Amino acid sequence: MSNVPDDLKYSKEHEWVRADGDVVTIGITQFAQEQLGDVVFVELPEKGATVRQFSSLGVVESVKAASDIYAPISGEVVERNVKVIEKPELVNSAPYGDGWMIRVRLADKGELAQLLSPDDYRSHIGETAGAGGD
Amino acid sequence: MAAEAPTMRRTPLYEKHAELGAKMVPFAGYEMPIQYEGIVAEHRAVRGQAGLFDLSHMGEFFLKGRGAGATLDRLVSSDIAGLAVGQARYGLLTNERGTIVDDVIVYRISEVEYMVVVNAANIAKDRAHVLARLAEDVAFDDRSYGTALVAIQGPRAVEILASQSDADVQALASFGVTQARVAGARATVARTGYTGEDGFEIFVTSADAAKVWDALLAAGRAAGVKPIGLGARDTLRLEARFSLYGNDIDETTDPIEAGLAWTCKLDKDFTGRDVIAAKKAEGPKRKLAGLVVQGGVARHGHEVTQNGDVVGHVTSGTYGPTVEKNIALAYVPTPLSKLGTVLAVRIRGKDVPATVVKTPFYRRPE
Repeated sequence: MSNVPDDLKYSKEHEWVRADGDVVTIGITQFAQEQLGDVVFVELPEKGATVRQFSSLGVVESVKAASDIYAPISGEVVERNVKVIEKPELVNSAPYGDGWMIRVRLADKGELAQLLSPDDYRSHIGETAGAGGD
Repeated sequence: MAAEAPTMRRTPLYEKHAELGAKMVPFAGYEMPIQYEGIVAEHRAVRGQAGLFDLSHMGEFFLKGRGAGATLDRLVSSDIAGLAVGQARYGLLTNERGTIVDDVIVYRISEVEYMVVVNAANIAKDRAHVLARLAEDVAFDDRSYGTALVAIQGPRAVEILASQSDADVQALASFGVTQARVAGARATVARTGYTGEDGFEIFVTSADAAKVWDALLAAGRAAGVKPIGLGARDTLRLEARFSLYGNDIDETTDPIEAGLAWTCKLDKDFTGRDVIAAKKAEGPKRKLAGLVVQGGVARHGHEVTQNGDVVGHVTSGTYGPTVEKNIALAYVPTPLSKLGTVLAVRIRGKDVPATVVKTPFYRRPE
């Protein structure tokens, strides 16, 4: 049901990673933005900050609630998406495109192996949706 | 969910919400729609066109008898004795300590009959409160569970309702109430609401709820009417600075500090009147102030700070889709409630600047 692009890796907490050499791009998934509803505020770490795998890197707030964004991998923030801070609704309209969050220089490539494949993530949200819906 | 399921009530429109793809949440003991399409889109539909709400969880008490008006005038803070037949008024149920038991609307249905609409979460409490103070010549009937409430709110509500009603709803005054047929069903129709827009609340028996809902949704389709969930109901009411019981007001707050002195007719006798009059005379120590927050969404329970010291707390906060700002209500010491005062809201450990502003945050264009 939910769009899960085949060229990305995923975390159980609904972040995606696009690996491009040493620098990866991080965002939240289509499924995550659907669950959140209208995103109205995004808080992201500054350039130069360090993020740790599976630790909170920032926050997305929808009209209803605030949710942590967890870093799917560790490393140094080389860029944060200023556009998404100014226009948080990009998270809803283009979660895999203009709604990306940060770019990070990988500290440990091995961490990528701990992430979910698109198929694993699909079954993960299948489970999640089933558990939440009943 | 499983543990809650046996005690959760459903409104007569539950199936309609399911068909419309609503996301359902527990609220005041009911499974209620929090959103259909999305809070922002629904909010904008109400401000721009019209929205349809299922508010069947709300409570309806009927008081009948020669002494009904006098009884309610003693129970409710506002001028109920002055209500003409066909008029409604907002007011507070107050207790002997001068704090707020509930906020209600009292509708004078006939010479001797009144309807009191109360918050769903307070039905049992309010019933006990009223019954304990009822005059002997007044009959009390709690019809909360047999009565459905459908609201249509927004600039186009009047034309949509007019097309489905035999009454001249265009001519109904604000806070007017009349008996009418809506989609063929016998209804009590009032020009009241909780959104800051023109609109109507339509009370029918539970059996007629689906008929009324379907008719208004179909009649309003061309005008852009949408079903609206509790999520947008909250953003709409907060922009209009309507109090939410349990968030902004409760039995620890009094009408003066809550900015509801205008609902208190202090030259009559009502429960807690003397305490409230004294509070008004000495001036409230704290006030419910409107805040605009720069950088983050304030939420109920967040601390308000000044120079790092906690000075108050947020009672309601959200992103306001029409005002396009992060807005909040917060109790702060009276000297800090002055317009333009710069305070902060502590959001996730960070003090985010917040300015005291005039409320309502939103006022509908004349």
